Amino acid sequence: MKVHLSHPTRDLIIQGPKRVADIFKELNLIPEAFLIIRGQDLMTEDETVADGDSIEIRPVISGG
Amino acid sequence: MRCRKCPKRAVLGLSRHNTAFCGDCLTEFVRTQVQRAIKAQQMFAPEDRVLVAVSGGKDSLTLWEILLKLGYRVDALYVDLGIPGYSSRSKEKVEQFAKVVAEPCGSQLTIHTVEEDAGAGIKELANLIKRPTCSACGTIKRYQFNRVAWQNHYDVMATGHNLDDEAARLLGNVLQWQEEYLQKQSPSLPASVEGFAKKVKPLYRMTEREIAAYAVVNRIDYLVEECPMAKGAKMLVYKDALNRLEAESPGTKQRFYWGFLDRQEKSSSVAPSMSQIDQTTLQPCSVCSQPTTAGTCSFCRMMARAKTAVK
Repeated sequence: MKVHLSHPTRDLIIQGPKRVADIFKELNLIPEAFLIIRGQDLMTEDETVADGDSIEIRPVISGG
Repeated sequence: MRCRKCPKRAVLGLSRHNTAFCGDCLTEFVRTQVQRAIKAQQMFAPEDRVLVAVSGGKDSLTLWEILLKLGYRVDALYVDLGIPGYSSRSKEKVEQFAKVVAEPCGSQLTIHTVEEDAGAGIKELANLIKRPTCSACGTIKRYQFNRVAWQNHYDVMATGHNLDDEAARLLGNVLQWQEEYLQKQSPSLPASVEGFAKKVKPLYRMTEREIAAYAVVNRIDYLVEECPMAKGAKMLVYKDALNRLEAESPGTKQRFYWGFLDRQEKSSSVAPSMSQIDQTTLQPCSVCSQPTTAGTCSFCRMMARAKTAVK
């Protein structure tokens, strides 16, 4: 699967299929600080991302 | 995962409430929480005129949208800080939102450009007066938001500060024992003296993640990019620490900040109120007349230093 991240902007390839919760673990990310978006839809931690999918891991924390 | 309120697929799990919502139920939940915050803290009434401070980020645009959906009389102010690249992209998001969402509801956007007023953008200005950029930015934004709200007779000024912002700020103030700042951490600060607008934070019950999810679900096109000046900011360190605690014990941020507010309310009968303190410590600035503890306010001192540095 293709994974797009921000802060800093980067693109990764991760072997799928994989549950959202496991993607967070693999990338050592705290779920509370991110949203996972496939297309225009949010995904919950129990959902599975297929190998051919593209997702965005969007940070929700701002520094203001 | 299914929505706990209807049979649809959930889009967000909310561990602190041990629940999950579909897009529609999340939208209803967030708007209800904002309405509850407005009423519980007596922030403003339906007939009041509200000025929202917008930055192009998720919190402020979401706040603008929710207040419009709830039927409040709301306009917005954007301060263009002149940060190369970033400011033009954030302004574009704000202007687009104003055109597509706000203006059809009769809501107006005002833009204040720092460079037109100060002769330099925020980064150059901070360098001139040898102050951290975020510190100079805070002084300018607080001053301009208050000025526009006061001069244009808005009843109240609203900002998009959320639960994460307030919990992180509280953590920072407690770690440094900055007790004088604790009293100003209420989500509703009165217009304590002539020249000060009332200030409220209607999103204080919502986490950043819940607000971002609301923005995605409701197709609010906000700037995901972080302000380049915020890199390394202490607030980000405090937020990260709190989110690690939240992961281990859901509800930590809420218990920390709301618990503080409960204690603050209980002590309000014995301690002097913020209005009482302000009335005894504040006086009009000798240059601009905005309230200040010094003879000249920090904004006017900053502008004077910048002009001296240019010479």
